[in-house]
Amino acid sequence: MSKSADEIVYGLRREYLEKISAEGNRIDGRKFDETRQAVVNINFVPRAEGSAEVRLGDTRVLVGVKVEQGVPFPDTPNSGILTTNAEMLPMASPTFESGPPSEDAIELARVVDRGIRESKMIALDKLVIKEAEKVWVVFIDMHILDYDGNLIDACSLGAVAALLNAKVPASKIGAEDYPLPINHVPITITFAKIGSIMVADPNLEEEEVASARLSVATNENGDVVAMQKGLSGSITQQELFSAVDTSIKLGKDIRKRVLGR
Amino acid sequence: MGTQSDIKLINEEGLRNDGRKFNELRPIRIEVGVLNRADGSAYIEWGGNKVLVAVYGPREAFPKHTQNPSRAIINARYNMAAFSVDERKRPGPDRRAIEISKVISEALEVAVFTEQFPRTSIDVYIEVLQADAGTRIAGLTAASVALVDAGIPMKDMVVGCAAGKIDGKVVLDLNKEEDNFGQADLPMAIIPRTDEIVLLQMDGNFSREELEQAVELSKKAATYISNLQREALMAKYKSQEPEKEGERSE
Repeated sequence: MSKSADEIVYGLRREYLEKISAEGNRIDGRKFDETRQAVVNINFVPRAEGSAEVRLGDTRVLVGVKVEQGVPFPDTPNSGILTTNAEMLPMASPTFESGPPSEDAIELARVVDRGIRESKMIALDKLVIKEAEKVWVVFIDMHILDYDGNLIDACSLGAVAALLNAKVPASKIGAEDYPLPINHVPITITFAKIGSIMVADPNLEEEEVASARLSVATNENGDVVAMQKGLSGSITQQELFSAVDTSIKLGKDIRKRVLGR
Repeated sequence: MGTQSDIKLINEEGLRNDGRKFNELRPIRIEVGVLNRADGSAYIEWGGNKVLVAVYGPREAFPKHTQNPSRAIINARYNMAAFSVDERKRPGPDRRAIEISKVISEALEVAVFTEQFPRTSIDVYIEVLQADAGTRIAGLTAASVALVDAGIPMKDMVVGCAAGKIDGKVVLDLNKEEDNFGQADLPMAIIPRTDEIVLLQMDGNFSREELEQAVELSKKAATYISNLQREALMAKYKSQEPEKEGERSE
């Protein structure tokens, strides 16, 4: 069976990354549990009710939060609404295509949403204008601008930063604007499995050769609030719990150092 | 997880609203070879879940650009019938179904020897006829059986199981009400032979200790469910054993 040049290069790259990780190294010199530097620039889009631009290494995303009036779901008349969407813009990577959201974009949006929703970050019960009739709807829209791996963490961080600085535009209904009510601050950490090593915050090269991916969202109490395993490889129970421990540790650090919380 | 409520899900005797203990599964029944045209098929009843799975392939992957020159692609499609839930669900794949299809495909890919069938697709159609919490793992558990029925080589069957938290206690296999009013849910799938975790999702709130309990509960249950898968397959082949010579009537 003949192999294409791409596959041969891919195989070599995979072998190389597995080899250096077995020796305790990463391609960009980081430790296994070390994330890239995260830079968060809040209120990048002042017209939005909240926004944040995040650079995680060379990955760059822009998250905008819009808060608008809407009708509550019939089964939750006393709760505002949260909706999350991700746009993997074709400008961000030669592999992204325009058109309806891909499976990857849907999974990305749902994993970010799950971290925020399940941590009960937003006090949705405080977003009711009139019970069963009118509530505030929080739209999180995440634009991927430049793709160098680990969109889940970049988008999660961007969404959390944007929400922390978002306001509810109550002046539109004759009241005063107020900050979006916040309960908790979830942080998501994603790992890529390279050979038998789990590395935190994979860059694109690492992500491309990974056999499995694991994302763990934790809150400030060190509880796990959401998880997602991805890719067609497996992880062991030991890898799972070591990733959970690392996520709790890195989450505390990022919450304080990057978000000042 | 679901909405906050005062509903008590565990009574004074420590039993759940359907009478189960914390580590007890709902009744599970698996049947193999239930469809005629499909290359492999299985039906599972898991509590109130009723899920039908058909496998087609390996067959030429289409459209052509989806073909992988070195292995088969697993194309699982999880679909909920409009009438499977209390409020009619709009037909067609929604975002939830697309995500579930993706994680199920990825889980099965770990088990199947895909490199034996380059350029093909193995299509796994999972139809949820009635939903009662835990449909994805019921579907995945039946899908593994259907793959065996289709004669597709695998290192072992993937087994799904879920654990969660209700009234602050870690329990196995949430039912619909527990899913709606509980505090956490952890669907998981493993390959028993190698002890690999191939599907893992979680939502809600688990402390690290609770998470460990939940994983342990599911892993124990997986061994039991794995036996049910085997028994279901044996039952099919036993029923097909040729009758003894001389006893056959023309």
